[in-house]
Amino acid sequence: MNDQKKIDRTRRNLLVATSVVGGAASVCAAAPFVASMWPSERAKAAGAPVDVDLSRVGPGELAVIEWRGKPVWVLHRTREMLDSLKAAEPKLTDPLSKASEQLKPEIMVMEGVCTHLGCSPQLKSVEARAEMGADWPGGFYCPCHGSKFDYAGRVFRGAPAPTNLRVPPYAFVAEAGLVIGEDKAAKGA
Amino acid sequence: MAARLWSWIDSRMPSLKEEWRKHAAEYYAPKNFNFWYFFGSLALLVLVIQIVSGIFLTMNYKPDASLAFGSVDYIMRDVPGGWIIRYIHSTGASAFFIVVYLHMFRAMLYGSHREPRELVWIFGMLIYLTLMGEAFFGYLLPWGQMSYWGAQVIVNLFGTVPFIGPDLALWIRGDYVVSDATLNRFFALHVIAFPLVLLGLVVVHILALHDVGSNNPDGVDIKKHKDASGRPLDGIPFHPYYTVKDLMGAVAFLGIFCFVMFFIPEVGGYFLEYNNFIPADPLKTPQHIAPVWYFTPYYSVLRAVPPLFHSQFPGVLAMGAAVLILFFLPWLDRSPVRSIRYRGAYYKSALAVFVVAFLILGYLGTESTTVWGQFGFDAFFLDTKDRATWLARLCTVVYFLFFILMPWYTGRDEVKPVPERVTH
Repeated sequence: MNDQKKIDRTRRNLLVATSVVGGAASVCAAAPFVASMWPSERAKAAGAPVDVDLSRVGPGELAVIEWRGKPVWVLHRTREMLDSLKAAEPKLTDPLSKASEQLKPEIMVMEGVCTHLGCSPQLKSVEARAEMGADWPGGFYCPCHGSKFDYAGRVFRGAPAPTNLRVPPYAFVAEAGLVIGEDKAAKGA
Repeated sequence: MAARLWSWIDSRMPSLKEEWRKHAAEYYAPKNFNFWYFFGSLALLVLVIQIVSGIFLTMNYKPDASLAFGSVDYIMRDVPGGWIIRYIHSTGASAFFIVVYLHMFRAMLYGSHREPRELVWIFGMLIYLTLMGEAFFGYLLPWGQMSYWGAQVIVNLFGTVPFIGPDLALWIRGDYVVSDATLNRFFALHVIAFPLVLLGLVVVHILALHDVGSNNPDGVDIKKHKDASGRPLDGIPFHPYYTVKDLMGAVAFLGIFCFVMFFIPEVGGYFLEYNNFIPADPLKTPQHIAPVWYFTPYYSVLRAVPPLFHSQFPGVLAMGAAVLILFFLPWLDRSPVRSIRYRGAYYKSALAVFVVAFLILGYLGTESTTVWGQFGFDAFFLDTKDRATWLARLCTVVYFLFFILMPWYTGRDEVKPVPERVTH
């Protein structure tokens, strides 16, 4: 009986060592499975810059362009829209953000992806006041969780979205051309 | 012939008969089970319905972003009996949650989660979590607008985790946006991984229950009074007594199920949302997006929490906590009695207020935040004037207070004396 109760240290150590090595091997074996869930090479390759013809976006009009699978807005801002920006400032979370600045005041280029949880907000002009409240200066409204943004993509206070909308890299090319996805105009454009 | 076949099997595999005895013919359940005790067996029935209908759906469904929407349409229009199989599966999804919510509420009524059944409750909660994942993955598959944008929002919840969030969301999607890669992996998780986990959890849930024995509407321990042969005096064998009773419940349930399936499969946009009849469009979020009804209470909690420190993570934490706090229920409840029949006014009113808050949160989650308009006045603390948001905040606070204050009010409650034996 006593013999059976006594632990054979050599065998026990071997058992522990084998289990540790075996356990480590199983963890390593998970690596290819975890890795397989990252974006594939094909998914990474898709994402070239997109050209936009600005002559087709009239004053007050919004064009939605697909870039890297995301909606990008090109809004031709009117005088009234630009004036509303100043009026909206006291109600904004971060009105002075450098990141919200545009290259030209009349053309707003913005990722149409809410910084809250990724829905695409909708254009709500001053005509939507019945729905948005009497003091609505015009801008964008996210249908998912009610975040509100002005005509510069700056978020209103009290919205679930934590930050202003993101401005994608873009540049103006030639006379009425715009390229989304590049900071500088491509050579020869 | 049949008797000889049976004895041939029995001599080779006696465990078959033993397990049957242990879990059915000689599993003694309290004799006073009432209406609330239908939902466990009904949940099992719905699981079987979902697995069977799901198998047949995969025979015609295509997990490909360019084909998925069309293949669902094909199932509905061209596959013989396809429409009924799909409606069985879509109605079954909502039925699963109705049954599970009522099953959980039963535990809260009669203290079925209390000692010694804490593990039964924990396994049940794990089933509930797995079911939520299963439902979420399945909802992307039709590749409609709600599928797409629902997945976009839920995956982005993981993106709000500090530091690792964006990479985590990228890893879950397998792409920079919800795409074909996401659809394909959600399909794999929905039809293989999660159902397997679900089945395993159901087995341990039942095993854990049968080890300690079922609770009952009186919350008394039936094992305290046994007859000479060791059988509980207040117990009756699960088979045939409760198999027959549950069969009756199943018939009534299937009647309602079929009514919904044949006459109102969309249930006014609650079981099948109208926007999901539009193919997924990554560039356009629908005017009004809301999750399916069974997620809306938690979705309301998410929306109610304002961003803190330029991050939405607190809202996500609150939503996660709203689900996870249920795990602690057996330890938060300090009442000396289990059943609501012998509890005092504190627990009864707390439970009633909790149910109302949960239902309001559920309703608000199906609507836009502007559903009840804005407050007409301005004040420094009003970060938003949407009335619905403020009501959701109030209900969120009530929801959490129900749990946080539970040790206090259940400990102080005036309880009635619990009888020795079960009543009817």
